[in-house]
Amino acid sequence: MTIKGKATKFGDNVDTDVILPGPYLVHTDPNELAKHAMEGLDAKFAERAAEGVIVVGGKNFGCGSSREQAPIALKYAGVKCVLAESFARIFYRNSITIGLPVLVCTGVSGTVGEGDMLVVELQTGKVEDKTNGSVLQAIKLPEFIMEILDDGGLIEHLKRRIETNE
Amino acid sequence: MNIIEKILANASGKQQVSPGEIIEANIDAAMIHDLTGPLAIKSFREIGTKKVWDNNKVIIILDHLVPASSIISANLHKIVRSFAEEQNIKNFYDVGRGGVCHQVMPEMGHVRPGEVIVGADSHTCTYGAFGAFATGIGSTEMAAVFATGKLWFRVPEVIKVNLTGKLQKMVTPKDVTLNIVGEIGADGAIYRGLEFGGSTIREMSIDGRMVLSNMAVEMGAKAGIIEPDQKTLDYVKARTDRQVKSVKSDPDATYEKIVDVDASNLEPQVAVPHSVDNVKPVSEVENAEVDQAFIGSCTNGRLEDLRSAAKILKGKKIARGVRLIVIPASQEIYLNALKEGLIKTFMDAGATIGNPNCGPCLGGHMGILAEGETCISSSNRNFVGRMGSSKSFVYLASPATVAASAITGKITDPRTVKEEA
Repeated sequence: MTIKGKATKFGDNVDTDVILPGPYLVHTDPNELAKHAMEGLDAKFAERAAEGVIVVGGKNFGCGSSREQAPIALKYAGVKCVLAESFARIFYRNSITIGLPVLVCTGVSGTVGEGDMLVVELQTGKVEDKTNGSVLQAIKLPEFIMEILDDGGLIEHLKRRIETNE
Repeated sequence: MNIIEKILANASGKQQVSPGEIIEANIDAAMIHDLTGPLAIKSFREIGTKKVWDNNKVIIILDHLVPASSIISANLHKIVRSFAEEQNIKNFYDVGRGGVCHQVMPEMGHVRPGEVIVGADSHTCTYGAFGAFATGIGSTEMAAVFATGKLWFRVPEVIKVNLTGKLQKMVTPKDVTLNIVGEIGADGAIYRGLEFGGSTIREMSIDGRMVLSNMAVEMGAKAGIIEPDQKTLDYVKARTDRQVKSVKSDPDATYEKIVDVDASNLEPQVAVPHSVDNVKPVSEVENAEVDQAFIGSCTNGRLEDLRSAAKILKGKKIARGVRLIVIPASQEIYLNALKEGLIKTFMDAGATIGNPNCGPCLGGHMGILAEGETCISSSNRNFVGRMGSSKSFVYLASPATVAASAITGKITDPRTVKEEA
């Protein structure tokens, strides 16, 4: 799977309260959640993300609450993939579960510029910055996680496994 | 093996496990609440399984927006309530029957040493204080647990935090915890397990130990565990009819690192906006003005917390221009606080008392901050917009420091407040 998109950058310790502020947790429609993605840091994020973007974060991206609504809001706002120096573990698991690719990519926050065009090869973990020509190697996702992403998330994956009696 | 490795080995039917290994563990208890439950239920329906794997092991607690704060939250409660009915979930704590989920779980006997417990809430790590491996998961992963009773985990590297020294007067487990969060950092224990031990922990009450385990997630940790001792067993046995077994780390257990902390000279600590690891001694932030003060939450809404705040507030009035919100974490704590006269002390001082629930901690209702306002809170997060406007400010401190600050209207060292004789 190859993912292309413009980079939109955030710093260290981006928490789930800014990714999706608490008051919106009452919504169950993913498109409603998407309207408020990243509202705590950038009120216009959803507008910018609509064309399809790749979020680039620093250390500990997604820290804080266990709200699965945070990666859902990003995904439905148009985020195709998140690259970061490191992820908070619940956010990381939730992203895989809902089918949003997340890659640990050392050096990404310093190398990639705001708005740079990125090409990410999920299978190999290769990250190319077409704007400044740099190439980075993200940590490859394990096979069982790739299978979940290929199926579009954990539910589809479980359904397929039940159907095929795996 | 250390205690976390032992629990995960046992839960996955293995003799031995080591860090990095992926295991599938049998789950002993699975908890959802009103904000993560509806999504878990939706995902459970999509998977297509008709019945939860074990209706005695599913616990449902309404606590985030309680009683319902809007039509939309009332609808969420309705979804959860009818699921509890349909699945015949005995352990369903509706409005007025429980309180904050992480208090209700141990209080009602759903937490035992050596168990693997998951909750669709990040502060599920609180139950580590009882020697359980407990961690937060997402809603859809919870749906998978409901369907199968199992979940995969990567066996974590474990950092041991060894605490020694006797705490000074008015220095509480919250101050110790904030100090450790400041030292380790918001990402210092990412993907790791934390094990808290040492003489300071042994001296602490169960209420105090729960503060440390509760905030393990604020360092990125998967779990924050404390070896059970007689205090743990006494607490747990009084609340469950099921068999209770102790589990401890082997003397030759391996750790990624050991952090030694001497708590004997610690002064009250405060986490300054907008990150939990931005921790300073209270002397460095004194005089910052506050509009609101909050005592409650899964971190510090227990009886010991209310007692220490009441001691400071006894016979005093809070400052004009400050509102003090006190929320006991459970019905049981609320009743005990009434019996001990603590609630009267708070009300005489000018506080408002909320029913047991999460309250202002997550900016859901009951004390949302306006633009430019500042709150000093006994809760666990001070992120941008956590308690309301993205232009508001949250300082985290112990219930004693929050109480002292409510009296003066600015951040205040509780040791400077003269107690009533």
